[in-house]
Amino acid sequence: MNDTVVSTTQLSPETVLSQMKKHGITHVVWLPDSETNWLYLLMQAEPSLTLVPVPREGLASSIAAGLHAGGKKPLILIQNTGLMESGDSIRGWLLGMDVPVVIMVGLRGWTRHGVTQDTAAVYTERFLNAFNINYYLVESDADADRIHVAFEEAQKTNRPVAVLIGDEYHGFHTKK
Amino acid sequence: MFKTADMLKIFNKYRGDAIVVPGRGGKFWIDISQKEKLDVPLGDPAMGGHCGFAFGLAMALPHRKVVLFDSEGDLQMSLGVLMTVAERKPANFYHFMLDNECYGTTGGQPVPNAKNVRYDLLAKGAGYPRAFAFTELDEFSKALPEILEQPGPVFAALKIVPEIENEAIGQRRRWMTRTRQQAIADLRKEVQIA
Repeated sequence: MNDTVVSTTQLSPETVLSQMKKHGITHVVWLPDSETNWLYLLMQAEPSLTLVPVPREGLASSIAAGLHAGGKKPLILIQNTGLMESGDSIRGWLLGMDVPVVIMVGLRGWTRHGVTQDTAAVYTERFLNAFNINYYLVESDADADRIHVAFEEAQKTNRPVAVLIGDEYHGFHTKK
Repeated sequence: MFKTADMLKIFNKYRGDAIVVPGRGGKFWIDISQKEKLDVPLGDPAMGGHCGFAFGLAMALPHRKVVLFDSEGDLQMSLGVLMTVAERKPANFYHFMLDNECYGTTGGQPVPNAKNVRYDLLAKGAGYPRAFAFTELDEFSKALPEILEQPGPVFAALKIVPEIENEAIGQRRRWMTRTRQQAIADLRKEVQIA
């Protein structure tokens, strides 16, 4: 009997990391945000991953393009605020260079309840639609297959595909 | 100050089997290089990204020298990349930067604080182990062999003569003979990436 519990209410960093490993990610080009701190600790401890920190999200696209050109498999991990800052770099270095990369985006301000107040969340999907970048919302461990779909789609289409993380990674917030 | 093409001719003597990302020097390099398949001329996918691209390539191919000819306009736009390079410290990354003190492709308007920026000090301060600045071609020529023999990352700012383009973009010489995708496919084949 399988006693694994798949959470339908929260997303664990282990779930995200296991998807990265499953899809052979070699480098994570990233800038921290409140959604990714616990994941950071796991990634640091994972020997198959090289972490490449950037001080501004727009830098991530060209670095990912170079890694891809050299045969590696990068992932971009940023917040939605930084995604929007990165517009021209995504256009030129990812879309313009046919880079199959998943952009994992912390969806700051996301809520299913009531009116979304945070403009970072309000504009995220509109931004992705403007750039014709497909995206998948992931809110809990039960959505893990959508991360898999995003990786597969990026590879198949040679385009960036976004995964919107609509939850903070649990563990960091409960680990005292 | 010296001409970009004169500098690149000197570099070509010491290139060896290095991969070259010629950046905005591409329109000169294409007439000098004898190893086209190891060149990655990209034109200008999006300003400010040449260093990130070449740095990514260097991390992906740690056993090959990767030489970048960046520009000061690009670097000013993405100065934080110096810190990222310095943290990872790719020993195969050689970062040359062409400084003509202006935006040469838009009519020659000066970059911010054009004549007073010490880019070598910025690189050194960001954490590059070695950084140089050259204003004379013979000094560059004398120092180049040792720069390339020592491990990277290394940074060298090169004061070059502005060669300003004022023609409408559509009327300029189209110097790229391959698409970006083809250049990368050629490189992958040359360095035997599946």
